[in-house]
Amino acid sequence: MIIWLKRNMFRSVGDSIISVAVAALSGWVIWQLLQFIFITGRWEIIQVNLKLLLVGRFPEELMWMLGASILALSFWIGAVASSSKRDLNNRTSLIKTGFGLLSRFGLIIALGAIIIALAGTLDAVLLGIGTVAAIALGRLVGLARRKIAVLAKIPWLVWQILLVALPLVMIIQTLLVSDLSEWGGFLINVYIAILSIALAFPLGVFLALGRRSSLPIVRLVCTSYIELVRGAPLFVLLLLAGVALEFFIPSEIAPGAIFRAVTVFTMFTAAYLAEIIRGGLQSISKGQTEAGKALGLSTVKIIFLITLPQALRNVIPAQIGQFISLFKDTTLAGAALSMLELLKIGEAITKQDDYLGQGLVYESLGFVALLFWVGSYVMSRESQRLERKLGVGIR
Amino acid sequence: MGSLSSTSSRVPLWRDVRVLRWAFQLLVLAGVFAFIFWLYNNYQVNISKSQIQTDLTFLDNPASFTIPGNDFDQSQPVRDALVQGFLNTLRVAFVGILLATLLGTLVGIARLSGNFLLRAVATAYVEVVRNLPLLLLLTFMNLAVVLQAFPRIEDAWLPLDLFVISNRGLALPWFEGSGYILLGVIVVALLAMWLTVKIRNAQADKNGKPAYGLRIGALIAVVIIASGWLLLGFNWTLPFVEGRGTVGGLRLDPSFFALLVALVVYTSSHIAEIVRGSILAVPKGQGEAADAIALSSGQKMRLIILPQAFRVAMPALGNQYLNLIKNSSLGATISYFELTQVAQITVGNGSPAVPAFTLTLLVYLAISLVTSLVVNYFNRKLALVER
Repeated sequence: MIIWLKRNMFRSVGDSIISVAVAALSGWVIWQLLQFIFITGRWEIIQVNLKLLLVGRFPEELMWMLGASILALSFWIGAVASSSKRDLNNRTSLIKTGFGLLSRFGLIIALGAIIIALAGTLDAVLLGIGTVAAIALGRLVGLARRKIAVLAKIPWLVWQILLVALPLVMIIQTLLVSDLSEWGGFLINVYIAILSIALAFPLGVFLALGRRSSLPIVRLVCTSYIELVRGAPLFVLLLLAGVALEFFIPSEIAPGAIFRAVTVFTMFTAAYLAEIIRGGLQSISKGQTEAGKALGLSTVKIIFLITLPQALRNVIPAQIGQFISLFKDTTLAGAALSMLELLKIGEAITKQDDYLGQGLVYESLGFVALLFWVGSYVMSRESQRLERKLGVGIR
Repeated sequence: MGSLSSTSSRVPLWRDVRVLRWAFQLLVLAGVFAFIFWLYNNYQVNISKSQIQTDLTFLDNPASFTIPGNDFDQSQPVRDALVQGFLNTLRVAFVGILLATLLGTLVGIARLSGNFLLRAVATAYVEVVRNLPLLLLLTFMNLAVVLQAFPRIEDAWLPLDLFVISNRGLALPWFEGSGYILLGVIVVALLAMWLTVKIRNAQADKNGKPAYGLRIGALIAVVIIASGWLLLGFNWTLPFVEGRGTVGGLRLDPSFFALLVALVVYTSSHIAEIVRGSILAVPKGQGEAADAIALSSGQKMRLIILPQAFRVAMPALGNQYLNLIKNSSLGATISYFELTQVAQITVGNGSPAVPAFTLTLLVYLAISLVTSLVVNYFNRKLALVER
């Protein structure tokens, strides 16, 4: 221990001074933080406004549908995670697996526990238990596919579609019965981020292919789109969409704030994704294309069966990084389009009559920061894990 | 053998690759044009319905708002307001880029330090800041730090009696007198320093004696500035509180300070990762060679590792600079009067939205282009010269 200290913190006089100074500073910061979290922080502002922060003005009577969607999603995640084809003989001990899961999802679990504790209702506790149960059930179903011969005969794609159908139907049903303009809080951040990335991904792929195309006009069109969008600040684009989008589409469509936000985020993210995917395409050696040509495949087949899958795999971390920054940038929709997303609500609740002028900004912004931080951090961790698992750069 | 004879005949038009390529391109072009025309048509129809002006004449209308920290008058045209906003954008972007590079490099080096504690703190800094939205940092700086944690002007913090910190902004000691002459003297001093370094290095290359270029150059620069100071009678002023404001020194608006800190903190966490990656990309032998010729760890970093690391880092750094410039548009959310805020206010005052925001976008595009030209220039200068 002493040797370790000597080697790692007190190698020289200068080193010792730095160590002591940094220790004092970080100790003070941690002490202040702990004091704020456990003693001085007035968390009742979060407790009272928890529903507002998480789902905005989502109608109370439809909350069960959101809960059911979460359960369906958890089931799906559990099933997908365990039905992947991996080596069954390579079993690790239960403790080791549990430890691995804890280090991967400990933050999410802790966040869930904090939210349940803040909510303090039976419903929240039940939802928490239900989520864990749904994941376990999903894992069982996934395991059953691997063990039971009849289930294993179902083709992979059909199996996946069957699994994803339940949460998808649940979510679409929730979208249909509730008024989208009543969605808010963290729910709307997540919704906009997922919808925009889903729309931006195909657009980004086509822009990247177009930019690398040998056809000059296609290349020119794609390059100018990408460069124009990348040179513009997202915030100004959102402001422009906020006041001017209705001029560019037929007047029959009355765009709401979500429509505007998703349009801009999709256009913006597509340009950045295109550059990432282009990088991936450039990393594929020419031999791959030539091999495809030698087999007599058409250009379309070469792209979609040979180069694109490899290119996309090579840039998974960058793509997830782009998704994370989109997730963080959804806060701009609140500032530019007055949408009631998490940050906007976090600001607004400090101005409620009960809390006005009491300086509870730290509590509300702290909670907002926690949600965004856990989301982004876990995603970036998982992307690194995925990268290692796929062996990018090693194989 | 029938297939052989068919290859000798002409390929039909719809199977000819050259024809197909052009047909496809024309199709794409037609699609793009149709889409743009559709947008334009919608725009014309909707505009004529709501009778909004579409030209740039609004630039000559009086702005009818004031810009804090500036002697801009409300009767001046919108054009001048936009120029002031543009200058404010450049101001925060320039200072921000300098500080973010400095902080980011330090944190990046600290992430690779042999000191466990320093490494852990730097890692925590990067991981915490990188995963938070910039707007959250900015809102926090504005609402929680500047407007709440900072004291009122009556009981402002006065560290060392040099600074005045209050919720009305920061004031630092600054030079007094004609700014342009001072700037001229500093430019002359820097030029002299650069020349000295060049000449000394050239001499050192010839006679093999140590150059000490930087030390002698810095000495000359200090002498020039000091003599200029004495001869031309510059002075510096300390800020102090008077009434409900500060007098003397350099005053930073609270919104400027909040935006600057948020941008620097956020960008520096990204730059730190770039610097760390680039240092790791420098071959290990370089560091070992530096150890072998007994350079100190500071010399090793400054003379051997960092110059090579920055060669790798330059394109990624340029991207971060562009991001910082574009992110400075978030100043509009805390009423820092940069370009976007000015555009937003004039639109609120009745200027047509589409031309005003399009103009703003074009200005940002121009700034981005110029910045990337500068970055590319340095990138070419730093790049390894290969055969």
